[in-house]
Amino acid sequence: MLAAVACLGGIGLVAATALGIAAKKFAVEVDPREAAILAALPGVNCGACGEPGCSGYARAVAEGRLAPNLCPPGGQQTAEALADILGIKIKVKEPAVAVVICQGGDNLARQKYHYLGLEDCNAAQKLAGGPKSCPGGCLGLGSCVRACLFGAITMTPEHLAVIDRDKCTGCEQCLKACPRQVMIMAPKTVTTHVLCNSHDKGAEVRKYCQVGCIGCNICKKTVPEAYTIDNLLARVNYAQADNAALAIAKCPMKCIRDLVDNNSAEKPGSDETVPAG
Amino acid sequence: MKLPTFPGGIHPLDNKATTATKALVNCSLPNELIVPMLQHIGAPAACCVTVGQQVAKGEQIGTAVGPVSVPIHAPTSGEVIAIEPRLHPVGRPLPAVVIRPDGDERWHKGLQGYDPDSLNPDELRQLLQQAGIVGLGGATFPTHIKLSPPPDRRIDTLIINGVECEPYLTGDHRLMLEEGSKIVDGILILRQILGVNQVILAIENNKPDAIDAMRKLCLKTPIEVQPLPVKYPQGAEKQLIEAITGRQVPSGKLPMDCGAVVQNVGTAAAVSTAVRQGRPLIERITTVTGTGVRNPQNLRAVIGTPLSHLIEQCGGFSDDPGKIILGGPMMGNSQISLEVPVIRGTSGLLVLRHQDVSIKKPGPCIRCGQCVKVCPIHLQPTVIALCARLGLIERADSYNALDCIECGCCTYQCPATLPLVQSIREIKGAIMEHKRKH
Repeated sequence: MLAAVACLGGIGLVAATALGIAAKKFAVEVDPREAAILAALPGVNCGACGEPGCSGYARAVAEGRLAPNLCPPGGQQTAEALADILGIKIKVKEPAVAVVICQGGDNLARQKYHYLGLEDCNAAQKLAGGPKSCPGGCLGLGSCVRACLFGAITMTPEHLAVIDRDKCTGCEQCLKACPRQVMIMAPKTVTTHVLCNSHDKGAEVRKYCQVGCIGCNICKKTVPEAYTIDNLLARVNYAQADNAALAIAKCPMKCIRDLVDNNSAEKPGSDETVPAG
Repeated sequence: MKLPTFPGGIHPLDNKATTATKALVNCSLPNELIVPMLQHIGAPAACCVTVGQQVAKGEQIGTAVGPVSVPIHAPTSGEVIAIEPRLHPVGRPLPAVVIRPDGDERWHKGLQGYDPDSLNPDELRQLLQQAGIVGLGGATFPTHIKLSPPPDRRIDTLIINGVECEPYLTGDHRLMLEEGSKIVDGILILRQILGVNQVILAIENNKPDAIDAMRKLCLKTPIEVQPLPVKYPQGAEKQLIEAITGRQVPSGKLPMDCGAVVQNVGTAAAVSTAVRQGRPLIERITTVTGTGVRNPQNLRAVIGTPLSHLIEQCGGFSDDPGKIILGGPMMGNSQISLEVPVIRGTSGLLVLRHQDVSIKKPGPCIRCGQCVKVCPIHLQPTVIALCARLGLIERADSYNALDCIECGCCTYQCPATLPLVQSIREIKGAIMEHKRKH
């Protein structure tokens, strides 16, 4: 009994001494700032900065390869903390959030076929260009929901992705997961958006969606500086969007919405009938 | 006597009785033929006609681009009214020549038949390429490529595929009963090109009449008719080789690597027509069947006939169609429109009524191993599907996901109704892309 304890204890002592010496002798020199930066980062490993994870970004910032304001989940606070560690001054990026530019849920937009396969938008997109008739509409199979590390995306019962603007950190992972580019990044301060992603002609859009942009130009005529029409699809000009909300009531297709002020217009679909097929 | 077969596989209801006894019927010409430039595996043909041009039956309207490609021919005489992308069976618009038939069925001048004995193998191969002959079992791989093994591969067995293991389809069955002598002639030409002694015609024993008919026709020839037990996917190239010769095609290799070449009976008949009469491949046999069709039939339709016309020929829909599949139920593709044309690979058109289509929500995998048991190539579909879900591309590759032939046995068997083949197809695409990048 005693011999066993002494023997194991002895082995432990020798091993500990050896490990201790090795740790001192072979210690890898780390920039102390790198550890400090890593501690200041949110640690979600989302990859939005372009590095594989937070430790990669911390190293890149310490080495001066990347700017300290590239961490969207951390936002302004982290950027300032990182700048303090580096002892530099930086301009903080305006916070951006993802916006789903589609309102065509199952109740408002047609499907060209009934999809029965894998719950994955990218897989569905490969089958005849996806079940939704609209080439740009949200497929609603939740690839973005699974890609979001912050739980900021939910699916409505009509299979439409909805983003919680408070939870969204702007890491852009959902943009990468979406096969149809239904998500765009927009400044968080702008709340008025054109919620459509179809460049088709108006007559075509009306065939498959009750809330699709038909490129009628009315929004641009109402507030010229706040809207641009890009290939039959209206977009809010985010640099001059102060008065964009004025066009909400004018849009005949009700596809311009204020994402924060829900009372700005009646909800789409409330007074519409459900399309057949 | 125990019949040879391959390991794994399933026994789905074959549903062939509906059309197995119905003789081949020539489908009438529609008002408009849509002839896609991509009807084979390989590079699409290049269109060589202009809008407004008059074309004759059998005239080239698309030329082969590169060696792994075949030309496309006008299926009948008429006027080219458009050259534009049209909806293709793959689900998206692809370049096609639209022809309005003039009803004259005027053959192109200069199409000339030959006595195969007067030609050498190279001339015959070239003849087949010019006639646009591709594998008519459904894969549509250019036949002349399959018949050109590199000099270091010794081919000792030619297997002719009369298995037709896909449920519902009976086109090959009818062809063997009605045009057996043409098949035999085609087989002998194929044998001449390859220079092999052993020729085996494989037929599943749910077609005893075809086995008898072909046995009689092959009496004085070197062709041996081999009955096989019924099992899906016995008609798949690699499974058929294993069933007949006992040899397994190694992972990532081709049938010619184990000394065998497989050709479909329909292809053999097309080879005979192309050589003896000089007529290119402009029509094929399509089984229009299923509970959703009023009068199911085996139709001989020209390439480019819209599916709507086939349905019309068969008395229309019997009920509200729930699913329209081009090909058989196991490996066919669901279609979103009836404006899609018949192409060289269209072996069948299956229409199921709404009440026949089961829609079940997939449940969780319970690790029962059924998919592993039925997989004819000994893969672990459930593990590969899991890798697909988790995005583990290299891991999936290490489980040989690329060897999957997408026969659908695992999906058919899965008690949780998981779309296993779709998952595997997804990860196969990802693996291929990964390999291209690295």
